[in-house]
Amino acid sequence: MNIVVCIKQTFDSEARIQLTSEGSIDESLVKFVINPFDEYAVEEALLLKEGAGGGEVTLISADRRDPSVALRQGLAMGADRAVWLDCNKIPFVDHHVYAQALAGWLRGRSFDLVLCGKMAIDDGASELPSRLAGVLNIPQVTTVSQLRIENGRMLAKRDIEGGFEMVEVELPCLVSAQKGLNIPRYPSLRKIMEAKRKTVERIEIDRSGISLSEINPFVEIEEYMLPSARTAGRILEGDHQTIVAGLLRMLHEERRIF
Amino acid sequence: MSILVFAEHRGGILRKAAKEALSKGRTLAEQMGLKVAALIIGSDMGGLPEQISKYGVDDVYVADDQSLAIYQTESYAANLQLVIKEMNPKVVMMANSAISRDMAPLVAERIGAGLVPDCVEITLKGEKLSYTRPVFAGKALVRMRVNTPIEFVTLRPNAFPAVESPTLPRVKQIKAAVPDSGAKTVCVDLPEGQGPELTEADVIVSGGRGLGDADGFALVRELAGLLDAAVGASRSAVDAGWAGHRMQVGQTGNVVSPKLYIALGISGAIQHIAGMGTSKCIVAVNKDPEANILKVADYGIVGDLYEVVPIMIKKLKGNG
Repeated sequence: MNIVVCIKQTFDSEARIQLTSEGSIDESLVKFVINPFDEYAVEEALLLKEGAGGGEVTLISADRRDPSVALRQGLAMGADRAVWLDCNKIPFVDHHVYAQALAGWLRGRSFDLVLCGKMAIDDGASELPSRLAGVLNIPQVTTVSQLRIENGRMLAKRDIEGGFEMVEVELPCLVSAQKGLNIPRYPSLRKIMEAKRKTVERIEIDRSGISLSEINPFVEIEEYMLPSARTAGRILEGDHQTIVAGLLRMLHEERRIF
Repeated sequence: MSILVFAEHRGGILRKAAKEALSKGRTLAEQMGLKVAALIIGSDMGGLPEQISKYGVDDVYVADDQSLAIYQTESYAANLQLVIKEMNPKVVMMANSAISRDMAPLVAERIGAGLVPDCVEITLKGEKLSYTRPVFAGKALVRMRVNTPIEFVTLRPNAFPAVESPTLPRVKQIKAAVPDSGAKTVCVDLPEGQGPELTEADVIVSGGRGLGDADGFALVRELAGLLDAAVGASRSAVDAGWAGHRMQVGQTGNVVSPKLYIALGISGAIQHIAGMGTSKCIVAVNKDPEANILKVADYGIVGDLYEVVPIMIKKLKGNG
């Protein structure tokens, strides 16, 4: 099984977000991690490779920023190699550009499966997996919480609102990983040290099979804003009986919720 | 020119989030001097055009075929693409849902269109639409524009009101596309009696670490049942195995925006607050007076949830 896992390096989910004086997202004090949903994708790739008794797991990340922290986490978990498609030559990268960049590198290579996280927790878009499947022209199953491969076909459980769907799909295909798919392994200290010594291949975006003149973002950012802070609430004082009676009355009469 | 709304339904019943998308499509179209068309895809959808007509559309495109009875990525995408090709809309709009997250980026990429997913505000600036969406699970917002001839947008459920404005739309049956595909959805399982869907619910009751154990969720469910609420959970409750992953509220779970969010025994980690901070009203019950959740709650109760919640339940049942 040759499996390619698309990786994004994101802010840690406990990060507080602040803006720089120029109005962009301030990255200076933030801890970077592998996108949590991508960890499920890496783990599933490793499980499938182990189950098949061979193959290669390749991590690929298209980014303007060096994604080595995320890629080395994947390497420490057991991936065979890691590639950074350096997008610095493009001033703004949207999901269309990411998909084109990744597809440019993937074209002409042999793979059985492309795995992604179902969503990156920074932009929260869930846009890349389907765009990438569209460019590669392979079938897709998104938000998968369980899968099995037999005789070149996959049976995947796809989470939907209030339930799930079962999808049968031919390989090669693209799958996006949902929480619940597996429990990602914690790499041992030895593996982490080994991963530090492995190289992350860096490839300039215009050397990955696409030309810069043909690749333009479809959307643009006007501005970032911080949401207005919630006004401090109030602590209800008194004995529980009185508090609860008062609360229910306020929810009913003032807020008209029920 | 027009705005095309993909109107999602389940078994011929229009989804709440689809009503919101149709309503927003109507108001935007009025501002921009455009028409609104709806597209429905499925099988046996007899009553749907009438349900859609309440939200003020000019045309309803119907792609009806036995093979479309349940969502299939490739055939649904092909039918959406077919209608886009026929009517050349300015904007393609739909609710942010499991279907649109699967289908919208695929079709957008194929026709060379930009997409703004999970949008919470759309304004017209001159001739251009300006879209606002949360990033970092609502810790920041971004305003963006789309620079392709056709613009795709998906709307966050509960962010836009559903407003009725009845019309008599023209109903146009299209010859449904049924393409070959390497993927086939073989069945759908929607267990009954689970209450409203988390991302669409008006009221959510969520439990956290403070419940003490998995059995604590029985109390959460009882209160939720009385309020016709969906049940949510914090990440630590999910990671402890007390609740299923699909119930998780927060940056790595579901981002929700109900009218009322009741947090029981949830401390209020940043990633949790990011996932529910836009709720219209937040009630929190927590033992720890210093808990973060009490700083964002409109109504905070410092106390043992096992004392407070039974009183709520009793009073809601009307005896006490």
